[in-house]
Amino acid sequence: MGKILEIENLSLAFGGVHALDEVSLAVEEGSITAVIGPNGAGKTSLFNSVSGFYKPQAGRIVFEGSDITRLKPPRRAALGLARTFQNIALFQGMTVLDNIKLGRHVHMKTGLLAAGFYLGPAQREEMALRAEIERDIIDFLEIDHIRNLPVAVLPYGLRKRVELARALAMRPKLLLLDEPVAGMNREETEDMARFVLDIQQERGATILLVEHDMDVVMDICDHVAVLNFGRVIAAGPPDAVRENPAVIEAYLGVEAAHTGEAASPRHGGPG
Amino acid sequence: MSIGNFKERYQSDEAIWRTPASRVWFGVLLLALAAFPFIGNSYHLFIACLIGINVISATGINILTGYTGLISLGHAAFMGVGAYSVAYLSNHLGLPFYVCLPLGGLLAAAVGLVVGIPSLRIKGLYLALATIAAQFILGFVFNEWESVTGGGRGVSLAPAEIAGLKLSTEFELYYLIVAIMIPMLLFARNLFRTRIGRAFIAVRDRDISAEVMGINLLHYKLMSFALSSFYAGVAGGLMAYFFKVVTPEQFSFGLSIFFLAAVVVGGMGTILGGIVGAIFMTLVPEVLDAIIHAFGPGAIALLSPAREIVFGLLIVGFLIFEPRGLAEIWRRIKRAYELWPFRN
Amino acid sequence: MEYFLEVSLVGLAVGGVYALIALGYVLVYKTTRVVNFAHGNIMMFGAYFFYTFAALLGLHWALAVVLTLVASAALGAGIERVVLRPLLGRPAISVVMVTVGLAAVLHGAAQMIWTPGDFFLPSIFPDAPIIIGEMFIPSNTGYGFLVALAAILIFLVLFRFTRSGVAMRATAADQVAASSMGVNVPAMFRLAWIYAALSAAIAGIVVGSITTLNPTMGLIGLSVLAVVILGGLDSIPGAILAGLIIGWLEALTGFYLGGAYKDVIPFVVLIVILMIRPYGLFGTPEIERL
Repeated sequence: MGKILEIENLSLAFGGVHALDEVSLAVEEGSITAVIGPNGAGKTSLFNSVSGFYKPQAGRIVFEGSDITRLKPPRRAALGLARTFQNIALFQGMTVLDNIKLGRHVHMKTGLLAAGFYLGPAQREEMALRAEIERDIIDFLEIDHIRNLPVAVLPYGLRKRVELARALAMRPKLLLLDEPVAGMNREETEDMARFVLDIQQERGATILLVEHDMDVVMDICDHVAVLNFGRVIAAGPPDAVRENPAVIEAYLGVEAAHTGEAASPRHGGPG
Repeated sequence: MSIGNFKERYQSDEAIWRTPASRVWFGVLLLALAAFPFIGNSYHLFIACLIGINVISATGINILTGYTGLISLGHAAFMGVGAYSVAYLSNHLGLPFYVCLPLGGLLAAAVGLVVGIPSLRIKGLYLALATIAAQFILGFVFNEWESVTGGGRGVSLAPAEIAGLKLSTEFELYYLIVAIMIPMLLFARNLFRTRIGRAFIAVRDRDISAEVMGINLLHYKLMSFALSSFYAGVAGGLMAYFFKVVTPEQFSFGLSIFFLAAVVVGGMGTILGGIVGAIFMTLVPEVLDAIIHAFGPGAIALLSPAREIVFGLLIVGFLIFEPRGLAEIWRRIKRAYELWPFRN
Repeated sequence: MEYFLEVSLVGLAVGGVYALIALGYVLVYKTTRVVNFAHGNIMMFGAYFFYTFAALLGLHWALAVVLTLVASAALGAGIERVVLRPLLGRPAISVVMVTVGLAAVLHGAAQMIWTPGDFFLPSIFPDAPIIIGEMFIPSNTGYGFLVALAAILIFLVLFRFTRSGVAMRATAADQVAASSMGVNVPAMFRLAWIYAALSAAIAGIVVGSITTLNPTMGLIGLSVLAVVILGGLDSIPGAILAGLIIGWLEALTGFYLGGAYKDVIPFVVLIVILMIRPYGLFGTPEIERL
């Protein structure tokens, strides 16, 4: 298996604050990779750089062998990069179904005139999309009962699921999940973890996630990278990272690390 | 009450008229539209024509403001571009109306594209300022470019003509307007069943995640500007044929506000909203007219200010109390009717 | 060329008044993030208030000015309470459109209350023109400029040094933070509207003295949008400099090309600025937040 995403010496600063400082990270194709770290460590900055919102001052981002560092977000979407947001960024005025359909936007062809006249090809494309979404996404994520509801009326856990559905509709090669289980109860968390594993195993998508819930990270991830103050301080398989003194120190502070009282950073940083 | 509406194919679930009853009602509506000129008097027809033109234009601003979330305060100016283009093409090149109207729409769309260019750099709210600038700059052009626009006096044009038949009375123009209005409404409705329409709404609701979905914001903002202006241009062209004269005052800033009010009152972001809003806003001045005339001739001077106050109050009132407009009220009534005798 | 300096000077004087009008936009935008399309008409109401007190009721002009300020402040506070407050937390597009509706109401109301005709405001300023070297500046324009300048300075001092001014600036910088520091954010919104209405009233009296008074006066507010954008929507120094620039450009185009060109030039500037430097000379480029 090759690397699907390679981040090389990425640096990003806002004014004098170094959000990312020479970050290097590789994501194995077909893996589930987690980026963890205390609040303000630069995890979301890293995601925003990969999806194209932030323009890093130095370094490269290579996706499937091609340099995407300077590409605009829509172009990255076309290459097969999808993401969800920490604060859920669904289209409030639309139904669940329309939100999911939007995920396919970049892979569809209907132009303005064909759309307005709703000609044969336009109609066929829309119907094929509907059938595919119903079959592969709505049933899979168990959201068939809410498909025609506006997202604004949904509870938090379901919205997260709809956002995942929308990202799946993009047929991603690499799926970035920004805190997929934050704020969820145990049952919702377990559902979500199961979905993420299924997506990796059954659809062959590679997943890169940011998460504070260490149980989930340790359970489902193949590889973990730890950020602190914009630098990668450790990387490797979950078990190895858990025992790494630098990681324990980052999470619990210097004293805890030295007195050896610290157990594994099971529940991560605050919030 | 109907207990449900079950479908066996996705196609029927995504049709515009999803129940047999709604298809029947649409047929009845078409028949009523066709029969109306034989029932109404010339005043009714005059108002009906005006409503038809306004429905087209309101649908245009609805695409831009209601669906894409970009406020337009210059919609009237784009109508003006359509109207003057039609007058020029008809007077100087002798083109028939069925060529002039689409060309007028396209020219308006081209101007709309230019006005939309700042969206390259600026976000939604600032674009409203670009549209204001367009309103006044185009108004200036209408007044000053005398060789084309006839300046302050305006230009007149010959009636539309098809196969030797002159479309000059309200009776004939009514059919012309309705025949153009219905396909344009269907076009807009279809658009929002497809990826293009969804992209517009995505731009409105959350432009950042729209980009992550692969939607090129600039591309869709410009497309929305152009499409909206095309509708305005065609409506303006119809206005030219309807009034048979085009003057700068017809396309004032006040008219732009009128159309903004129409979509706010009718309901932004639904096709029905544009239709209902245009009907409502066209009728309001007529009703006001009747009321003020009842107060005697001395009150006539109050007509124009009263109109403005009512338009303004409707915008303010609907935004505060019913931001989704008359269309939402209609939807609630319909739903209550469907669920009767149970409470919603 | 012999008129160039004189025309420029008059233009700059008018520009000072534009700066005062622009200040009202900036105060409201900075605090509440709303572009208030009714600002020009609030100014027009200020001028009518003065006309009512000074001409119709025949009060001494100084008393009339005080009463005008009181009435305008009440208008600003009333608008904020009745129209803007219910929309707190709604999308910006709704709030902006509501000010458009408000502008229509005010314009219609002025025609109804005071008729659409032209009036002259009672003169406050000395009759003799101001003479600098060989250049004449019409009295109302020249003194109007001085009044506008003084008013701007007063507002700057208020904004910078008073307790409520600091609270307003805190609100402008970060509403949530300000609120958690004990700033009453809705009260700051009201204060911004009151300040804006006060500055508009003074501008209205000055503009009404320079030209005549009629309900279309509010349209000046739309031209001043060019000033606000050129200066940067959230920058007071920007508004002042841009006011002078636009006033000067208008005077020159008016003199060399004619009145119609003078009226359209601000909008040309507006659209050019939006294309090349949308945050203006001194505004903050908006940072995208996720």
